[in-house]
Amino acid sequence: MSPVIDIRNLSARSAVGPILRDVSLSVNAGEVMALVGESGAGKSTIAKAVLGILPAGIEVTGGNIFFEGTDLLALSPARLRDMLGVRIALIPQDPLTSLNPARRIGDQLTDGLRLRAGMNRKRAFDRAMSLLNDVHIREPERVLKRYPHELSGGMRQRVLIAQAFSLNPHVIIADEPTTALDVTVQKQVLRLIRDMQREHKTTLLFVTHDLGVVAQICDRMTVLYGGKVLEQGFTAQILKNPQSPYTRALLAASPRYDQPEQSLEPVPEALIAELQREISA
Amino acid sequence: MPLSIILSRALSALLTLFGVMVVVFVLVRVVPGDPISMMIAPGATDADIAALRAHYGLDLPIWQQFWVWFKQVLQGNLGTSISMKQGVITIIAQRLPATLELAIFALIMAVIWGGFIALVSTAWRGTWVERAIDNFNGIMLAVPDFIWALTFVLVLGVLVPVLPISGRSDPSIDAGLATQFYILEGLARAKFAFVWDVLKHMLLPACALAFPLAAVIGRVLKNTMMDVMVQDYITLARIKGLSSIRILLQEALRNAAVPALALTGVQFTFLIGGTVITERIFSYPGIGNLAIDAVINRDLPLIQGLVLTFGIIFIIVNMAVDALTVWLNPRLRHA
Ligand SMILES: Nc1ncnc2c1ncn2[C@@H]1O[C@H](COP(=O)(O)OP(=O)(O)OP(=O)(O)O)[C@@H](O)[C@H]1O
Ligand SMILES: [Mg+2]
Repeated sequence: MSPVIDIRNLSARSAVGPILRDVSLSVNAGEVMALVGESGAGKSTIAKAVLGILPAGIEVTGGNIFFEGTDLLALSPARLRDMLGVRIALIPQDPLTSLNPARRIGDQLTDGLRLRAGMNRKRAFDRAMSLLNDVHIREPERVLKRYPHELSGGMRQRVLIAQAFSLNPHVIIADEPTTALDVTVQKQVLRLIRDMQREHKTTLLFVTHDLGVVAQICDRMTVLYGGKVLEQGFTAQILKNPQSPYTRALLAASPRYDQPEQSLEPVPEALIAELQREISA
Repeated sequence: MPLSIILSRALSALLTLFGVMVVVFVLVRVVPGDPISMMIAPGATDADIAALRAHYGLDLPIWQQFWVWFKQVLQGNLGTSISMKQGVITIIAQRLPATLELAIFALIMAVIWGGFIALVSTAWRGTWVERAIDNFNGIMLAVPDFIWALTFVLVLGVLVPVLPISGRSDPSIDAGLATQFYILEGLARAKFAFVWDVLKHMLLPACALAFPLAAVIGRVLKNTMMDVMVQDYITLARIKGLSSIRILLQEALRNAAVPALALTGVQFTFLIGGTVITERIFSYPGIGNLAIDAVINRDLPLIQGLVLTFGIIFIIVNMAVDALTVWLNPRLRHA
């Protein structure tokens, strides 16, 4: 089976120094791949590179990002735009800032349906209603008329999930989609993403630093540190038997999904220092 | 917006207006120059002068004069112009439409031009286009309206006379209009040749008024656009595959317009103040030009009436800005 997303030897740097070092990872159709690592590891940078929205300060210095065989890095902006939204979509991190405050939910949610799928307004709104139903929003007709500030964070994230799935993309990237939410809502939203992913058989690249989340919903995982892939494989295997000392330390530093009460160990400083040396060599 | 806020705003606007009226009323009476001495015939006796003074109520103490005048105003009477021997309200009503049409024409030009350069420099941000527009706009920002007016008169009126530089319409055309709203009524009655002539007369003074405002709108709107363009919802719109033009107009402009609007409103009141000099330079028959005549003639009732008119216009502009801000920003609508 050929991978849907195949990142090969991706390197990127900023004025300060390298940000991604020779990152390779591939995601198969219908699979959920976790991108794990602490803050600054480069998880979002990978996601942004796939979506073609790297900030001006970061430059790709080598490698390829193949999406269904096409190198996204070699595409013109116009060709890339044709793919975005329709074949690749994003569930963003912060639902509070990711919706336009000046536009009604219905108008924003139906942008893709009207402009990309060519539906008329009536059909697009009917479809939007059923999408909101799918993400368990009650009274969808009323919600479509609301402005973002009138909805809770959890509701907004459901809207954004509905929007991401609206055109049945092959790949969805979710960049820490629950970190901005209330703890009580996080679980529901996580389950929702997983259910939607299964139902639509979408390939999902899931960025997180929460190993508990990884254990719950991801088939495979990639552990990143300092822009470098440290370990890659099936989630169950890595969590049971981590090969890299960093993954082991990361596991010790996270609450066990099966034993949340166990005491936590911080990642040892000696290990961090060793990793730093290894990476900069 | 809640009613209480609207009421308190209206009240404070009225108080401001009252304060301005008091200050102007006192000022025009303490500065040197006397309306009576401007109108007496040579050889008039002191008794004649005193009689005239009493006729206009100018022999009373200032506070009594104010009280008399204020009571009149509350009854909708602004008195009689000393120099023109006509009701102040009649005179102003004659001249106000010319100024309103000029100011609104200038405002429309400024919004279109300022909005255009803001959008273009946002679309091409980080390139030479943005820098060129910034530099050009910096110059526009530094030149005041009356310099534009004098330049236009000299260059486009005298050196290369392509446009009329005086008056409001060609006196040989009699459109037979009922109101002084030449453009509105001309359009309503489909007198397009006449409207065209009026527009040609308006173009240069309107440009002189519009250029500084356009520069301010261009600068401020560009800055607020830049702030908006880095917001998450813009990035997400891009990931949804929306076109650049749609992102600018549909996603960004409305959000950027809200903070730019307040300053535009303030600047538009400056534009209305600018009509005084500009109308004079172009012999344009509006209330700005009238104000200069009124001051030259020390026509106290007319000056007071004009200040009151300008004050009311400022209040209306501010209320319009408030209303527009609420309309553009749904978060305020439900507060
Ligand atoms: N606009 C930018 N210009 C230059 N460097 C940047 C920029 N944005 C991020 N970086 C750097 O790139 C590195 C990777 O950042 P990235 O956002 O990919 O991390 P992350 O793994 O997503 O972290 P987090 O968990 O905090 O989201 C960091 O060292 C960061 O300082
Ligand atoms: Mg990140």
